[in-house]
Amino acid sequence: MIMAESKPIEEIISEIKDFQRVLVAGCDGCVTVCEAGGLKEVQVLASSLRMHFMQEGRAMTIDEVSLTRQCDKDYLRQIQDRIGDYDAVVSLACGAGVQFMAEMYDERVILPGVDTRFIGVTEERGVWTERCQACGACILASTGGICPIARCSKRMLNGPCGGSEKGKCEVSDEIDCGWQLIYERLKNLGQLDRFERPVDPKDWATSRDGGPRKIVKEVSRQ
Amino acid sequence: MNATMPSKLERVLRAGHLAVTGECGPPRDCDGELVSKKAGMLKDHVDAVNVTDNQTAVVRQCSLASCIRIKQMGLEPVLQMVTRDRNRIALQSDLLGAASFGINTVLCLTGDHQHFGDHPNAVNVFDLDSTQLIQTVRMMRDDKRLLGGHEMKSPPQYFIGAAANPFGDPFEIRVSRLAKKAAAGVQFIQTQCIYNMEKFKQWMGLVVDRGLHEKVFILAGLTPMKSVGMAKYMKNRVPGMDVPDEIVKRMGGQPKEKQPEEGVKICIEQIQELKEVRGVSGFHIMAIEWEEKLPEIVERAGLYPRPE
Amino acid sequence: MRLNYPSNVKIVKVPCSGRVDVIHLLKAMEQGADGVFVAGCMEGDCHFQSGNLRAKKRVHHVQRILDRVGVGGERVAMYNLSAGMGARFVEIAREMTEKVRQSGPNPIKREQRREWETSAKEVAA
Repeated sequence: MIMAESKPIEEIISEIKDFQRVLVAGCDGCVTVCEAGGLKEVQVLASSLRMHFMQEGRAMTIDEVSLTRQCDKDYLRQIQDRIGDYDAVVSLACGAGVQFMAEMYDERVILPGVDTRFIGVTEERGVWTERCQACGACILASTGGICPIARCSKRMLNGPCGGSEKGKCEVSDEIDCGWQLIYERLKNLGQLDRFERPVDPKDWATSRDGGPRKIVKEVSRQ
Repeated sequence: MNATMPSKLERVLRAGHLAVTGECGPPRDCDGELVSKKAGMLKDHVDAVNVTDNQTAVVRQCSLASCIRIKQMGLEPVLQMVTRDRNRIALQSDLLGAASFGINTVLCLTGDHQHFGDHPNAVNVFDLDSTQLIQTVRMMRDDKRLLGGHEMKSPPQYFIGAAANPFGDPFEIRVSRLAKKAAAGVQFIQTQCIYNMEKFKQWMGLVVDRGLHEKVFILAGLTPMKSVGMAKYMKNRVPGMDVPDEIVKRMGGQPKEKQPEEGVKICIEQIQELKEVRGVSGFHIMAIEWEEKLPEIVERAGLYPRPE
Repeated sequence: MRLNYPSNVKIVKVPCSGRVDVIHLLKAMEQGADGVFVAGCMEGDCHFQSGNLRAKKRVHHVQRILDRVGVGGERVAMYNLSAGMGARFVEIAREMTEKVRQSGPNPIKREQRREWETSAKEVAA
């Protein structure tokens, strides 16, 4: 899922302070899973914002809603009848959702309420970690199912580097050395021969470096 | 300055001599004189001088500039290149520029993460890693073409090196990694500086078992300690460094003014011990901010004069 | 036990303090409470394992929010006591009331707040 984290409330306050009527719009998709932008978080943020402006003596309407998803125009239509009532919307969706809402309602100020961080997994309730960098040319078959682009701080394809110590990355001992993990997995799978073969330079053109990307599946188009 | 002239370091090693290389860290401003001065101190006592490349992600004069300066002084530079700051376009470009000045010894490194340096907010590149850089340099030399396919009319000559850390984790991977770099085309290795002789000998044993010492020249890395403070710092604050307690004790057992001499003594003893270790082809002496001591160390260790 | 506790304390009963969520504490403050405290079982004695630990975390989270929006995190607190500790409950109620009284009315009630500030100045003078 796409993982995000709430923006500091001070930042949101400073963006909305000159508006009168604001809608806080959450998303039932990824940001609900990482507890940054679902209905619960919408309610908490809206209540906190209302209290802030009340103690400032500012009369402000801050309403709450959560959409099924914001990355889909069909679901964005869920607010089309009421969005006209507001000067601005704080969207708690990921960056894609915020943009899509802004595209659809292009005459309304749409502001981000979370910082989108990465594609990742739920390690346990309350802890989310990065797993995928969307490089566009998946190599997981050759690394025992562990991605060195997402999990090695230097995205080495022939790692580890000399800074790996006690299974941790030189950048921080909270980060596992991705290559140690790969080595151990390949060992378990009896595939250590893969480890000894030099891996050629990667074609990064399928990743962000090649420019904004698009997928078209003709058979799905109507 | 013929680009196909073989590297002096390569000649010395192939002739069967123990090689000696030194190191020069460029300054953090545009003072070129300082580089000449440091290199001048090492001149007759080494076969080649490494120039570091924004080491620990701290901005310094670029390695290529200092290598050109050193080459023009009549010394042989070793161009260190990290893949952290430059993509394959810039790396190949710098390699061609280096070769055009007759700089043909290259050390291929991945590079410390920028988090350690003074620009932790920078993007990092890592388009290639050290192994892929080795492959690239070999392709430029042997296939006479660039990664993108362009064939070069005047192809460069390179003697290709890389680093190895016998003390890194996990220990069992270290020799595999060296094998992988050898398969990629590396010809010489300079190791991380050694204090734990036992562990180093263990690693060399595994290297020799795999016959890698016959494919790759291994230069043992050494750094003379200036003080007990330096010993403690390297033990506790430098990642990947293995400094046994006995060394710290030895340094600490001397009064302050005698510590530098003790550090030099330890270094010389290490050289003598390493001369007897099978597979060691030479020494990479990193006398950081102590370049003036290198000549004495080389002479007292019986490595002077250097072969032609 | 028939002990008296301050009349400004309104009690909301829940089966476990773990039932109290961040939004409940915020809504209480938004609706004009000057303070909120959560009384949960002694740590280690939660009838439902760790509900009181969850409550503690949520109270801390709300304290941080209230500090940042200008309402004041000292108005929200977590206390631990067992069901039989009637006297302790009264003690807590009094302690919390006193603390909140020191902080004055919830800043979202601006009129009340202004009056309180004025009379506090008069007392000082």
